Amino acid sequence: MTSKEIILQNIRKNNLVKDLGLPSYSNFGIKFDDPYSKFNQMLESVGGKTLFIKKEEIEDTIFNLFSKEKEIASNSLYFKKGNFFPNEQEDAHLLKNIDVAVVDGNFAVAENAAVWVSNKNNRHRTLYFIAQNIVILVDKKDIVHNMHEAYEKISFENISYGTFISGPSKTADIEQSLVIGAHGPKSGYVIFIE
Amino acid sequence: MSLYNHPLKAKEFVRNDERMHWHDKALWFVREKRDLASKSIPEWEKLRTYAAQIKSHTMANLDKYLLEFEANAKKRGIKVHFAKDAKEHNEIVYKILKENRVEKVVKSKSMLTEECRLNPFLEKRGIEVVDTDLGERIVQLRKETPSHIVLPAIHLKKEDVAKTFHEKIGTDEDNSDPSYLTNAARENLRQKFLNAQAGITGVNFAVAKTGGVVVCTNEGNADMGATLPKLHIACMGIEKIIPRAEDLGVFTRLLARSATGQPITSYTSHFHSSVENGEMHIVIVDNKRTPFLQSNSYKNALNCIRCGACMNTCPVYRRSGGHSYDYVIPGPIGSTLGSFRDPKIYKTLSFACSLCGSCSNVCPVKIDLDSQLYTHRQDLREKNIISNKKRVTMQFAVWLMNRPLLFSFISKLARKTIPLLPKAVIYNKYNIWGKHRDIPQMPAKSFKEIYKEEFKND
Ligand code: SF4
Repeated sequence: MTSKEIILQNIRKNNLVKDLGLPSYSNFGIKFDDPYSKFNQMLESVGGKTLFIKKEEIEDTIFNLFSKEKEIASNSLYFKKGNFFPNEQEDAHLLKNIDVAVVDGNFAVAENAAVWVSNKNNRHRTLYFIAQNIVILVDKKDIVHNMHEAYEKISFENISYGTFISGPSKTADIEQSLVIGAHGPKSGYVIFIE
Repeated sequence: MSLYNHPLKAKEFVRNDERMHWHDKALWFVREKRDLASKSIPEWEKLRTYAAQIKSHTMANLDKYLLEFEANAKKRGIKVHFAKDAKEHNEIVYKILKENRVEKVVKSKSMLTEECRLNPFLEKRGIEVVDTDLGERIVQLRKETPSHIVLPAIHLKKEDVAKTFHEKIGTDEDNSDPSYLTNAARENLRQKFLNAQAGITGVNFAVAKTGGVVVCTNEGNADMGATLPKLHIACMGIEKIIPRAEDLGVFTRLLARSATGQPITSYTSHFHSSVENGEMHIVIVDNKRTPFLQSNSYKNALNCIRCGACMNTCPVYRRSGGHSYDYVIPGPIGSTLGSFRDPKIYKTLSFACSLCGSCSNVCPVKIDLDSQLYTHRQDLREKNIISNKKRVTMQFAVWLMNRPLLFSFISKLARKTIPLLPKAVIYNKYNIWGKHRDIPQMPAKSFKEIYKEEFKND
């Protein structure tokens, strides 16, 4: 017998767990009067920052935020003025010097300031993590209240990878002191485009 | 069998009184953050009920869901392996690494690979394994094991970390600022990420319907490790399966809030295939998990999502430190897992519990931890595993409690005579309980007497 068969057999043998069925989540979960202010409040609490701007202001805003940074990478549909082109790199390791990554988020979640990021036009997944700073652009209308609504919006049929990002990377492994910037980006902006 | 013994090991930890209180406070702080986070969600209790329901449903149908998961993962080009025990798990991982000529591996926190003792196995075969979670890295450099499942280095002070980093990665000996130390680790580990040829991660949830796995981290280390090298190996216990993607809504809401009081981890990554021109493997491990399904008393223990809330709230864990458990997972959940899997080795663990029930109250999947530990004690006694001293004392207590009149008489006698006895008589070598404790002042009346009197007055 293969190990797989042994395991399956062991599971079937006298399994005493009672089947309780599965819950349904339609219309379940907390909702907010103002999901944007909730999102903003949650993002600040995890060390990130929310901005609301008009489409025309995107470039100036990003260049102002990062006037000193050299390598700005983007695969965003809104922001095309980067000077480094991750999709043109054969090897993901070549992304190692990116100072700022500007990427599109699919939608935001108010309850926990997470943004679902799953760009079909992004070649290297590591872009979201290897950059020193990250800016996620989200269309203002794309916000949901909670994670149940979030998973309703995602279909995994055609995507091979996606991640919820909530603020910059962080750790509290040394005496519980919160330090922003562990292995991933040291700053995390979410820009809602009006 | 080993001489492992929780009371003895805890004694070592408790010897440093100041550190014990500091450890207690640090974890209580995390517990309080959990309370705040859970109270911010009106449907919290409903979420816990749902989580328990989903997990029980999955366990009742685990064979079907494992097969469904395997089929769907394969459709996405993921290679799926099954390992019946730790040894086979390690061999599978090694084989994949060898076939890909891997010499350097970056690993993100996974209690399963700790349980299987994967690191020493690979190191013996000439492979460099670097733990990349900051807490895990710290304990790895110190050649220790994690003392908590979410906060692996919670037993250390920043000065300890400064000393370790000074010796191992050359930081300034006198600088113990957490930001400075974290940044030094970041730079050091970035090189490791860039040089590794494979990334090994754990799995928080594996979705049967979609054939993908979800990994949650704050640091982004699992993500760096799984997206830079071409090879990603994800290792999971059979119990990590959940049926549908929408069930993730429940668990992503519960996990981080229960663990650290955060609304969600910084990264919740859903891997459904390898990176471009890469390979993704998933190793599904049993290693003494299936017997739980056959036990009415302990089956719920498999529902655990490894949030650590039961540890943070446990008055015994907080005061005895994770290493005193000597099991890969400390605290209430570790005590029940360990006692069930290897009762002879871990026979002292269920007795470490104070039966306060706090763990069951905070557990996001509603595992009946305190009742399990209580049941273990009886099982151990029935199997004649506990020590003679304990057995005889327990037997005497049972005998006495079955004789209420005699019990009242003896307690009355004790209340009157103990205060008159010299200390040397009370704290003798048979009074184990009195080793680190003072006997409280004897009340004038017993609870029963007070109750009776009040009842009369009513
Ligand atoms: S037993 Fe419950 S509280 Fe403890 S780690 Fe597991 S899920 Fe968390």
